[in-house]
Amino acid sequence: MTASLAAPAKPGGAKTRINDFSIQVATVNGSGSQTANTVLLRAIFQMGVLVSGKNLFPSNIAGLPTWFTIRASAEGYVARKASNEMLILMNPETAKEDIAKADAGALVIYDEPLQLDKLRNDLSFIPVPFQKLVTASCPEPKLHKLVKNMIYVGVASRLLGVDMEEAKKAIAKQLKGKAKAIELNQNAAMAAYDWAMENLPDQDQVKVVRDNKTQGLIIVDGNEACALGALFAGVTVVGWYPITPASSLVETFIEYAEEYRKDPKTGKSTVAIVQMEDELASAGVVLSAGWAGARSMTSTAGPGISLMSEFIGLGYYVEAPGVFFNVGRTGPSTGLPTRTQQSDVELCAKCSHGDTQHINLYPGTMEECFQFSYDAFDLAERFQTPIFVVTDLDLGMQNWSSKPFAYPAKPYDRGKVLNQQQLAEAKDWGRYKDVDGDGICYRSLPGTPGGKGSYFTRGSGHNEYAQYSEKPEDYVAVVDRLKRKYETAKTHVPTPVFRTLGSAKGVLAFGSSDPAMIEAQDALAAAGLKTDYLRLRALPFTAEVDAFVKGKQVIYVVEQNRDGQMANLFRETYPEYATKFKSVLHYDGHAIDAKCIVDQITAFEQK
Amino acid sequence: MTTATPSAPTPSAPTNNLGFSKQDYVGSKSTLCAGCGHDSITAQIINAAFESSIEGYRVAKYSGIGCSSKTPAYFLNQGWGFNSVHGRMPSIATGASLANRNLINIGVSGDGDSMSIGMGQFVHAVRRNIPMIYIIEDNGVYGLTKGQFSATADKGAHLKSGAVNDFPPIDPCTLALELGCGFVARCFSGNPKQLNTILKAAFAYEGTVVLDIISPCVTFNNHDASTRSYKHVKDHDFPLHDLGFVQYSEVEDVEIPAGQTEVVTFPDGSKVAIKAIHEGYDPTDRFGAMKAIHESMAKGEFLTGLLYINPTQPPLPQVLNLVDEPLASLGEDVLKPSPAVLDEIMQSLM
Ligand SMILES: Cc1ncc(C[n+]2csc(CCOP(=O)(O)OP(=O)(O)O)c2C)c(N)n1
Ligand code: SF4
Ligand SMILES: [Mg+2]
Repeated sequence: MTASLAAPAKPGGAKTRINDFSIQVATVNGSGSQTANTVLLRAIFQMGVLVSGKNLFPSNIAGLPTWFTIRASAEGYVARKASNEMLILMNPETAKEDIAKADAGALVIYDEPLQLDKLRNDLSFIPVPFQKLVTASCPEPKLHKLVKNMIYVGVASRLLGVDMEEAKKAIAKQLKGKAKAIELNQNAAMAAYDWAMENLPDQDQVKVVRDNKTQGLIIVDGNEACALGALFAGVTVVGWYPITPASSLVETFIEYAEEYRKDPKTGKSTVAIVQMEDELASAGVVLSAGWAGARSMTSTAGPGISLMSEFIGLGYYVEAPGVFFNVGRTGPSTGLPTRTQQSDVELCAKCSHGDTQHINLYPGTMEECFQFSYDAFDLAERFQTPIFVVTDLDLGMQNWSSKPFAYPAKPYDRGKVLNQQQLAEAKDWGRYKDVDGDGICYRSLPGTPGGKGSYFTRGSGHNEYAQYSEKPEDYVAVVDRLKRKYETAKTHVPTPVFRTLGSAKGVLAFGSSDPAMIEAQDALAAAGLKTDYLRLRALPFTAEVDAFVKGKQVIYVVEQNRDGQMANLFRETYPEYATKFKSVLHYDGHAIDAKCIVDQITAFEQK
Repeated sequence: MTTATPSAPTPSAPTNNLGFSKQDYVGSKSTLCAGCGHDSITAQIINAAFESSIEGYRVAKYSGIGCSSKTPAYFLNQGWGFNSVHGRMPSIATGASLANRNLINIGVSGDGDSMSIGMGQFVHAVRRNIPMIYIIEDNGVYGLTKGQFSATADKGAHLKSGAVNDFPPIDPCTLALELGCGFVARCFSGNPKQLNTILKAAFAYEGTVVLDIISPCVTFNNHDASTRSYKHVKDHDFPLHDLGFVQYSEVEDVEIPAGQTEVVTFPDGSKVAIKAIHEGYDPTDRFGAMKAIHESMAKGEFLTGLLYINPTQPPLPQVLNLVDEPLASLGEDVLKPSPAVLDEIMQSLM
């Protein structure tokens, strides 16, 4: 069996790739290329073509190389594609290496003085006099550096057939409110476009043709989607500590809170946001605010979760609610802090010492980033426990097109909280008494008047009345009930999403692996291997997951880490089926692509 | 707002302004060693809360881990307690006090809990001026783990085992002053009168109160060679002043007897009257306080009393400009933006 995926067009041969290509832009970090890249992406998007953008950036403020890839796909595939049909080389440091790695036949736009055209003879070289064009279009030398990147927007638009009106619109959107900058950038892009019209031959390898696939869609990143979910969920206390790739989640939230979380009459804030001294303190703020009745959250990455882990065990055992966003990056330690991975699966599933199990949500789309973030606050209060929303750099910081988010009409679930009157009427209330048999007890909030309901929260052994106890039976009763509570969660967390082609062979992925998995599933099917795909969306595993595991002969578990952490959770949860799970792994820090999935599954199948 | 029903009044038991007797301010039975200084502090918290007519249901008690951190279970059962993890009491107080700005926050910690593992959180809580009384029950050792030195132990101090401390102590009071704390005091658990007055003043204060209370550990650090034994502290305790505290009450205007008394008025109208013993000590002079503490430390004295006071320093909820209503009581009607808002945001992303 062979499956082929998106090999680049060979020169002189294959037909034109319409709305189906990848462009890679190589620049220097901090050179302002991000604006130009987003403009190009948006312009294509405005042409009605589905695009996704991925920024491969270094852990550095300025000076190190960075690459931005724009993928357009008529089929709607938005995963990273391993091959590129067009290269835009702006970084002298990496240009030679970029050329060496280029896929045969690729179009290479580059700054003329770099003289790259002698390096290979199987690429189409397009030298562009960047400096000359900037000087001609921009009267102020000080600003040349700022608008230089707009030159490639103009040239690429010409070559791809992107309407310059769309590029101009995109510039205006990107630089919203800065009239002078808009004008300068539009002029530079237009000058480059005109120059390319006159001086460059057209090409027919890759083209953008107007389509209607993006009508009504938005472009957003996952951190913003999560921030919006938290905004609509009414978060009231945020304790956080900066870390890539999680910072922009809270930072975006802060911007929205400025606008939408002020009391209209007094201008006072309905949310407290504190940048804490570290992640330990952030976790303390989240859990104690939740304990006191606020909706609380933090946003961090693996190193932060590691620091929080003592507190998270406390939160689990004393049953304090709180939402913990983990935007994953490449670990361990500092690892590759600006690259993506799904390597905190086991950490978040069982975070802390002792016997701990946590509810985890794995959004796989922008809409889910929004909705699950909203739901996480309900789950935290319903289950009185830390909830993890697990995303990663790829979801969190990259640009994705998405349907606009549906308004979360479902009213908040504030969980089992007894108010003054209910406490007064309650007979023999105990903070840790399982009255309903679902493992979830009734709590009271500090500050409730009336003289009833006060209790002492402690991380040490306690009985149903929250009294100190070292009795074996009291301890066991509590931890067994916590397990019962986790069982109850199975009917409250998001169920998996299926994409089935009718097969005894299963594939399983979650989170940011979804787009590559979909593309790989199609490619495998085209090559004769049908699979049923289960996209996991939460821990604990629900009944649908049980049935899938039981029913399949083999399950390829696709994930972005070295050790097959999700597969391990499955083997542990379903020991009788342990041999069914085969790991398909990708962990070099780049977002997973379809080809690597296809190749690994194909290799397994050929064994 | 309704309050708890006071316990059935016995003819002999006096009641406070709220109609509660002292019994309404107690907690569970202490499990600390007999004679532990920490228990004396608990007793004064109960007395001060009773005498200041504190509404028990509004009290939130926080602690880390240690013998000292167990004590919030031993007072004010009417309030809610949160015994957290070692060294992290300040962040617990931060989150809860933001969630509900009506809470009266009392944090109890140890010298190990606050000056070693929890130093970072102590420092930042003080800096942020969390509205709380931050009590350090300071015995110079780790009681609960059986007597290792803590970071407040004096250089050269001996343990019962004979071990000698080679490192200089960290002083919570000068540190708090350095961090801009607006209410810094040192007390001795063996001087109930002074402690009681300072606690009452602390209840009236709005921001962070740092109380370093020397509290001998009778089991591990009360031998003659210890600088934190009852005997040593008694011999070296130099009270700065005679203190009086008058709580604001709306009915009668507060009167302070004239004389050589300095009066500090709190935003709520309460007043602390300070009659200096230590000549020339001005508790509103931060640098003077620093100097006096350092000089007395050099002489091996414990200067006790209200070391520094700045009655007007905005606490964190005010700095963050939070709405007056507790955040925890805000409902969906206030918190959830409308569909029109979502629509507006979605439009901006198109
Ligand atoms: C993370 C962690 N490390 C160590 C301990 C063990 N431990 C418990 S209490 C304590 C020291 C307490 O000393 P202090 O705060 O001075 O309280 P004291 O008992 O003297 O009142 C230590 C080290 C712990 N509970 N947690
Ligand atoms: S060990 Fe020391 S600090 Fe702990 S209870 Fe006993 S006397 Fe108090
Ligand atoms: Mg101690």
